Amino acid sequence: MNKQTKSEGRKDAPSFQDLILRLERFWADQGCIILQPYDMEVGAATFHPATTLRSLGPNPWRAAYVQPSRRPKDGRYGENPNRLQHYYQFQVIMKPSPADIQDLYLESLFAIGIDRNNHDIRFVEDDWESPTLGAWGLGWEVWCDGMEVSQFTYFQQVGGFDSDPVSGELTYGLERLAMYVQSVDNVYDLNFNGGEGENKVTYGDVFLQAEQEYSRYNFGHADTAKLLEHFRDAEGECQALLTKGEAGERHLMVLPAYDQAIKASHIFNLLDARGVISVTERQAYILRVRDLTKACCAAWLKTDAGGAANG
Amino acid sequence: MAELLLELFSEEIPARMQVRARADLARLLGEKLKAAGLDFGEIKTFATPRRLTIVVDGVPGRSPDIKDERKGPRVGAPEQALAGFLKSSGLSSVDQAEIREDKKGSFYVALIEKPGRAAADVIAEIVPEIIKTFPWPKSMRWGSGRLRWVRPLHSILCLLDGKVVDFEIEGIKSGKETKGHRFMAPKSFAVKSFNDYAAKLKDAFVILDGDERAAKIAKAARELADKQGLALVEDEALLAENAGLAEWPVVLMGEFDEDFLSVPPEVLTTSMKSHQKCFSVTEGNALTNRFVLVANLEAKDGGKAITAGNERVIRARLADAKFFFDQDRKTSLEDRVTELKDITFHEKLGSQYERMNRVRNLAREIALLVKADPDLAERAAILAKADLVTLMVGEFPDLQGVMGRYYALDQQENPAVADAIAAHYKPQGPADEVPTDPVAIAVALADKLDTLTGFWAIDEKPTGSKDPFALRRAALGVIRIILENELRMALRDVLWRSLGAHVIGGVPPDRDETNILSDLIGFFADRLKVYLRDQGARHDLVDAVFALGGDDLLMIVRRVEALGRFLDAEDGEHLLAGTKRAMNILRIEEKKDGRAFDQAPDPALLELPEEKALAKAVDEVEQAAAKAILDEDFEAAMERMAMLRAPVDDFFDKVTVNADDPKLRENRLRLLNRIRATTQAVADFSKIAG
Repeated sequence: MNKQTKSEGRKDAPSFQDLILRLERFWADQGCIILQPYDMEVGAATFHPATTLRSLGPNPWRAAYVQPSRRPKDGRYGENPNRLQHYYQFQVIMKPSPADIQDLYLESLFAIGIDRNNHDIRFVEDDWESPTLGAWGLGWEVWCDGMEVSQFTYFQQVGGFDSDPVSGELTYGLERLAMYVQSVDNVYDLNFNGGEGENKVTYGDVFLQAEQEYSRYNFGHADTAKLLEHFRDAEGECQALLTKGEAGERHLMVLPAYDQAIKASHIFNLLDARGVISVTERQAYILRVRDLTKACCAAWLKTDAGGAANG
Repeated sequence: MAELLLELFSEEIPARMQVRARADLARLLGEKLKAAGLDFGEIKTFATPRRLTIVVDGVPGRSPDIKDERKGPRVGAPEQALAGFLKSSGLSSVDQAEIREDKKGSFYVALIEKPGRAAADVIAEIVPEIIKTFPWPKSMRWGSGRLRWVRPLHSILCLLDGKVVDFEIEGIKSGKETKGHRFMAPKSFAVKSFNDYAAKLKDAFVILDGDERAAKIAKAARELADKQGLALVEDEALLAENAGLAEWPVVLMGEFDEDFLSVPPEVLTTSMKSHQKCFSVTEGNALTNRFVLVANLEAKDGGKAITAGNERVIRARLADAKFFFDQDRKTSLEDRVTELKDITFHEKLGSQYERMNRVRNLAREIALLVKADPDLAERAAILAKADLVTLMVGEFPDLQGVMGRYYALDQQENPAVADAIAAHYKPQGPADEVPTDPVAIAVALADKLDTLTGFWAIDEKPTGSKDPFALRRAALGVIRIILENELRMALRDVLWRSLGAHVIGGVPPDRDETNILSDLIGFFADRLKVYLRDQGARHDLVDAVFALGGDDLLMIVRRVEALGRFLDAEDGEHLLAGTKRAMNILRIEEKKDGRAFDQAPDPALLELPEEKALAKAVDEVEQAAAKAILDEDFEAAMERMAMLRAPVDDFFDKVTVNADDPKLRENRLRLLNRIRATTQAVADFSKIAG
């Protein structure tokens, strides 16, 4: 008696790319600058300097961007309908968090075609913490009919520094959201471009091969000896740049140093996926990355964008 | 008398924090009103996901005037003393003070009058204080402000007798307006009183009272199930959580593919509950392919889209669970056992693998005591923790043991072994049942005793309210398993063997093993006392029986029960009094003479008939009681003891113990010693109160 929803989807729903365009339009109208993805491998959109670093210091900041996110361990060779080692997050960061940020967020959901009269949207407690960023915040996971579609966080600390003012961070899981609005059960069936028949391009057309190839790489072929070396290199380079950039009350090379911290973090994730990091070592690696990001955050506060006083 | 209404309207408050927040608000506001001299009647509190509300009845318009007198220095006292008096009493000159006379002359008195204050002024001060210091388990800042609240605070409604109490915190001005349901009635509206507030909220799709929301959910859920001839799986905690997540709960029923019913019901229920906060539904005794969800919206389409959405999520969740179940069964539990080497049980007590090796040996030995097949007990102990490394238990830790049982059955293990794997964690709380099958009993006891001796060996004992390894629960589990199954066991021997495994296994106790053991036995005695006290027994009786040094818990409890009944009767009461009297006299005289009177009384020196009768009775009772105790018939032993009552009473009535003749005195003291020794057969009477 159970009706199996065919993975064909709703015809009137926005395509994957349309979803992104609508979100960008919506948040541009709220005064966010629309950035492009950061050109490095990151585990989450929060790592983008536009969030990690810009959320620090007194200067107001509003930005939105798509960020491809890499989680090597989550690869499933393209065989799992909703687990990917590479997926997209749509990120909104607003500092200070406006009083109506919850309403704005809800409006954004309506803007991408979620009918406010027929869907159950809920804010369910979920505190956020990133050990590698030395960051935490309070907020919710947002449910739409029982499906988690976004993470909503008020940053309280980043890089070990109190957030003052507080940034509001919204992270939409784009694939999930698209699967929801298009009513498809398998991520690879998502309509990417909105085309019909021959013109239709699916998410699978774009990414299935990549998922298969990267799963092989992540789990079987990434050269762990070289990666360990790369980790140490990135760590060393980050520390060296932080030292070289010191200029009294000022710092002159935070962003290049932070790139190295991001690199170390991603290499750690790869090593973790390869299963060469034991449980006890794991904690030590996380702390090493955290030391790097914390030092970068401290240096950021000595720059103009970080709000350091001129002098 | 006026009504005070306060509503703190915020972004979504975590469901688990709402109950405590209500209590904290009631306590803080109550304390501060009282401290300000404002009496009040009833306090009621409410919480929804977006508001914390309190209403206080019977608040007076003003706090009372306070009159106080302060005695000052004598008239004509030095300038300095006068100045100090003026300063401390707030007067500007001595002319404002009254002069009174006493025997020594005249002195100043300052009359201090503190006029009462308008209640609204007081409230305008204390509410901001409460908000700024509210004890949320976790609070946050937002925007550019400094205020902390559980989530951003948006507005404050504060009315006294229908009028706004004016104050402002961090840019939020108190007012008389609130908002209804986030989606169904988002507009602001003003209210006049609590009744007006509650009624208008209901019109705006907000049920203020959490209990009412829970009742609505429970009723609707049962009705939905009933209509289909199904039954709801009741779950109080889940109900409360759902009531804390919706201002206007709407209950809907969804379904999932019947294929998923091949997954164990505990898995389905846990998955739907922990991830989606949905209730399970049964048909007959079996889970059926339906679930009940609670939405926070009366949808235009009657909930079709919401149900369909939830069904899709549940389908994905159950597909995950089924995947885990299928994957897990590809590897036998036996093959997983070596993976336990990678799981640390405790850094000083080794891995789960090492622990398994200790428990399997202990389980074999206990099996012999509880008439279980030692091979089956050992087998169950070997496999008992293997499910910790399965995908399913990794995802749902609550299912430990339960999954092990399913996987064991799947792999054709003996059913007694499979059941023991599930039951060995029991009892998990005072309300949980104890294992009853001998194999499960052996493993459950071995598992708990190994935990206890291990942590005792490394000196990680519970202190005060801290018991991070749940050792009190483990000891209580052992006690309940033994008592409820009426098991005979010399606890000391079993603990000794278990402790030995830790010593051999490389955990060197830093203290003497005998001390560790007596300390642990003492811990069991304390736990047993707590357990028996909860059952209504007197803890002094437990002490009195424990003082005899036994370690067979079942026999100790039987003795305590028999002793309790005996002392409740008149004979027992009198004998206790007599024995205590004997013991008191002995204590004093033993001290005086610096020696014991522990030889047998000399029959030739028994002069009075009461002495003779007592000596005879003591001998008879001693023998009879000893036999009854040998037969473990404690009722009979107590009945024999009762026969001592009359001779003891008569003895104290007629016989002077401290006779002038030292020989007579000594013989009578020896007789008293006999009373003490004889009663020792059933309990140490000196430990009994009264």
